[in-house]
Amino acid sequence: MKMRLATWAAAALMAASPVMADLVFPSLDYRTGPYAANGIPLADGYQDYFNMLNERDGGIGGVMTRVLSCETGYNTEKGVECYESTKGEGSLVYQPYSTGITYQLIPKATADDIPIHSMGYGRTSAKNGKVFSHVFNYPGSYWDAASIAVKHIIDVSGGDVSDKKIALVYHNSAYGKEPIRTLEELSKKHGFELTLLAVDHPGQEQKSQWLQIRRERPDFVLMWGWGVMNQVAIQEAANIRFPMENFIGVWWSGSENDVLPVGEAANGYKALALSSPGMDYGVYDDLKTYIYDKGLAAGNGDQMGTVLYNRALYAAMLAAEAAKIAQEIHGVADITPGMMRDGMEALDMSDARMEELGFAGFAPAFKVSCENHGGSGKGAVQQWDASAKTWTLITDFIESDKSIIDPLIAEDSAAFAAENNIEERCN
Amino acid sequence: MPEQLLWSAEVFLNGLMAGVLYALVALGFVLIYKASGIFNFAQGVMALFAAMTLYGIMNGLVPFAHLINAVFGTEIHYFGWNVPALAAILLTVGVMIGFSYLVQRFIFRYLVGQEPIILFMATIGLAYFLEGVGDLMWGSDIKTLEVGLPQGINETIDQVTFDAFGYGFFIDNLDIVASCVAAVLVMALVIFAQYTKQGRAMRAVADDHQAALSVGVSLNFIWILVWSLAGFVALVAGIMWGAKSGVQFSLSLIALKALPVLMLGGFTSIPGAIVGGLIIGVGEKLFEFLIGQPYLGGATENWFAYMLALIFLLFRPQGLFGEKIIERV
Repeated sequence: MKMRLATWAAAALMAASPVMADLVFPSLDYRTGPYAANGIPLADGYQDYFNMLNERDGGIGGVMTRVLSCETGYNTEKGVECYESTKGEGSLVYQPYSTGITYQLIPKATADDIPIHSMGYGRTSAKNGKVFSHVFNYPGSYWDAASIAVKHIIDVSGGDVSDKKIALVYHNSAYGKEPIRTLEELSKKHGFELTLLAVDHPGQEQKSQWLQIRRERPDFVLMWGWGVMNQVAIQEAANIRFPMENFIGVWWSGSENDVLPVGEAANGYKALALSSPGMDYGVYDDLKTYIYDKGLAAGNGDQMGTVLYNRALYAAMLAAEAAKIAQEIHGVADITPGMMRDGMEALDMSDARMEELGFAGFAPAFKVSCENHGGSGKGAVQQWDASAKTWTLITDFIESDKSIIDPLIAEDSAAFAAENNIEERCN
Repeated sequence: MPEQLLWSAEVFLNGLMAGVLYALVALGFVLIYKASGIFNFAQGVMALFAAMTLYGIMNGLVPFAHLINAVFGTEIHYFGWNVPALAAILLTVGVMIGFSYLVQRFIFRYLVGQEPIILFMATIGLAYFLEGVGDLMWGSDIKTLEVGLPQGINETIDQVTFDAFGYGFFIDNLDIVASCVAAVLVMALVIFAQYTKQGRAMRAVADDHQAALSVGVSLNFIWILVWSLAGFVALVAGIMWGAKSGVQFSLSLIALKALPVLMLGGFTSIPGAIVGGLIIGVGEKLFEFLIGQPYLGGATENWFAYMLALIFLLFRPQGLFGEKIIERV
């Protein structure tokens, strides 16, 4: 009897205890709600990459990985709830794919010693690692994106934009407003005229904005949109016969979801890219062998090769690489979130390492440091071919204008540090 | 003509067209509220569900394919046929009638005589349920509706106005089609309500459902009829809005555009929905053009529509065409 009781007690204890042997990567998904069409490829890509590591390598450094999904519906409150309910499981790094959720998690995660990776979104000044110890936004930020877009415009305009008009159509939210300051500074530097056109959530009705564009005839239109706003904007641009090659979206306005509903009329639309499109990379061979062919693909298994699926693969690869570096730095396989942060800060994504990981030519090399949590800040321009239904990179990876961005980052992060009594580190 | 006046005229016309699209959504609310006193929170989701179903039928999608494949380990996604748009629309109407029957049979039959707030809460539950079922049935990806609706600038109007004023007006072909469809829809609804037996019974229930019951009108049947009509209106709204942006979840949020229209036009009047839609459409577009964009940084349309409706409410709490409620104690 005593033996049986002891067995039951041991079993109950084991069931109640957290699994300590996994490296937990939380995934704040949005497979439902107004942004589900974008949330699904992001969630699938993240899951598939970690599952592939488990199948192929037995995890990272001999420890299996576990993707802990929590549905946010792209709702900030739910995102915070997800964070609170999953952080106790040993979650190593949060990637919210929402600027709103990221802003809410910055103070919480910093206090909890858990890193956040907001890849190409979130608070731009988090690039300053001296102030934002636990927030990383490599390989690029919104301000990099604004600068890269303007550099491209200067390039296609023959080097001078002083007589040009550029309009920004933006989601009327923290996310959409992020590039305004940078664009204003760039407008002063290069002499172009900037027009700002806000679109309210969700962006289903944009007639007023596009009538204004038709009246004012800007030479170029930039877009900071998300979800339905992107499809409607591209459709409206086509309706007023705005030249698509002069319409450039940020990297969150440049997925297949944004152009396919518009059909042939979207041909020639441009968007920024953090990485190259398509499936012509070694990592896809391994995904096919270890995941797709075994029927282990996440979701419907129909998102491979899309822009957002690739972005999630990239994010997962960077997280896995940082975990591996953290294991090496601390000499333990079962790392904590604090150790993961150290790994992220020591990340060195050289071309050679990218090639080893099956990502040769996928994205530019970059290095993270204590001071620089933002990586290279490079991005390329891709263009949509409506008949082939493919994105193609039409430029090399372009470096952003650091002479404009760095002072803005210093100013914004200094204000945040003063507001929150943060002492600068990395000294 | 001065440039500013021409632009205002263009904005005015586009406001009218946008108003028609808002009115299309508001019509569904009015039909149900008028006949049953229920404010149907699920109307926007019904538009989404109807448009998704239409897409699914047209493209031969297997409903609940993901669920079936997950449970049985199969790989079924398509039936392998395509259905012509008109036939698919008729089949979707059938689905919406079936949906109306189920709503009546499993929800509102048990709530007859309950407080309006209970009925309203039931429609909130219905909205969330339908959202989930729609996703499960047809998937969450963005669907492109190809029912042959024209889109883009109307060349004739552009040319005629250019010849007349030296500035070509932009009017979207889709908006013109939507206006024609809305006009036909309203006429059909009015004729149905005035000249058919079922329509008269519907009006009788709307006036006094107990009196209607006493002369043998079936409340059950009328409610199913009204929900079916609202389902049909939702399908039309779903097609028009879905053609603009693809069929996706945010289609359900178009209901937010209908609320100020209802507040302004009244919850019980079909002409009220149309006139309310036009006033809101023109009002918000002109405000954005004349004040919002130049002085307030833009994006004023969402809140201005509600403000305009509230101003009207100060003077006519029942809305422009709503029935004045006189309660004696």
